[in-house]
Amino acid sequence: MKIQIFVTLKNGVLDPQGKAIHHALESLDFSGVNDVRAGKLIELEVDEGTSDETLEKMCEKLLANTVIENYEIRKLPETVA
Amino acid sequence: MKSAVIVFPGSNCDRDMAVALETVSGTKPIMVWHGDSNLPSDLDVIAIPGGFSYGDYLRCGAMASRTHIIPAILSAAKKGVAVLGVCNGFQVLTEIGLLPGALMRNSAMNFVCKDAKLKVSNDRSLFTRKYTAGETISIPVAHHDGNYYADENTLDQLEQNDQVAFRYDDDINGSARNIAGIVNEQGNILGMMPHPDRAIDTKHGGTDGRDLFEGLLERVSA
Repeated sequence: MKIQIFVTLKNGVLDPQGKAIHHALESLDFSGVNDVRAGKLIELEVDEGTSDETLEKMCEKLLANTVIENYEIRKLPETVA
Repeated sequence: MKSAVIVFPGSNCDRDMAVALETVSGTKPIMVWHGDSNLPSDLDVIAIPGGFSYGDYLRCGAMASRTHIIPAILSAAKKGVAVLGVCNGFQVLTEIGLLPGALMRNSAMNFVCKDAKLKVSNDRSLFTRKYTAGETISIPVAHHDGNYYADENTLDQLEQNDQVAFRYDDDINGSARNIAGIVNEQGNILGMMPHPDRAIDTKHGGTDGRDLFEGLLERVSA
């Protein structure tokens, strides 16, 4: 089972990386970008039947720092060959 | 003074810390590998050194914070053993929840490596007792992720409880309220981004970090 975990900074937490990317886009003359936030994508290949609870525990214990970050767990549908 | 320095893969200031502890106390610290589950008994001080444990993968200090030695550090800290986290050590202390907040990427995105002027904010903790509140000291910094963040409530609480140990004189990394180091409520845990371990000998270019170790030594051997 393929799992994607998106880790993003909480609202209100300043994001220096997002800001730098925003500046870079502007310096490339892309206008109309109002805000940029940078996050992380972590892909896991886990055993079938791994519970949501276990996935949440992984996020809480290691993958995200919940002081500054939110996480979202997405299960990818199996691709049919 | 019986001390231990915790060593992770990627720690690179573990020896600086060991030299500082030995120079001031006359006793060699015990180097403890992160894979051990036990700390030596009757420790006075646990030092979590600077460096780039696990290559700063995932988040600074994140992987180190889930190693075998951590439960032993948590229980020693609870018993009142002095815990000093410098630089990466400060990041580890926030990741394991012994200190509030988090250290984020410097606001200007650059690595800062220089002597930083710090204002001593609290001179009553185990670590800062030889300084005088309001005094300015010079301690080297070398970090990419030293931008201290905590929510407003936590920051207010830190100030109310006099838990801010040091503040930067200038804004060098975007830290909330210029915080460079904080202690826990009980005062036996200090986390700071600047390196007092690199300011104990005149050959370092300054000795302003020495008072931290000497104050600690006086207290634990009293």
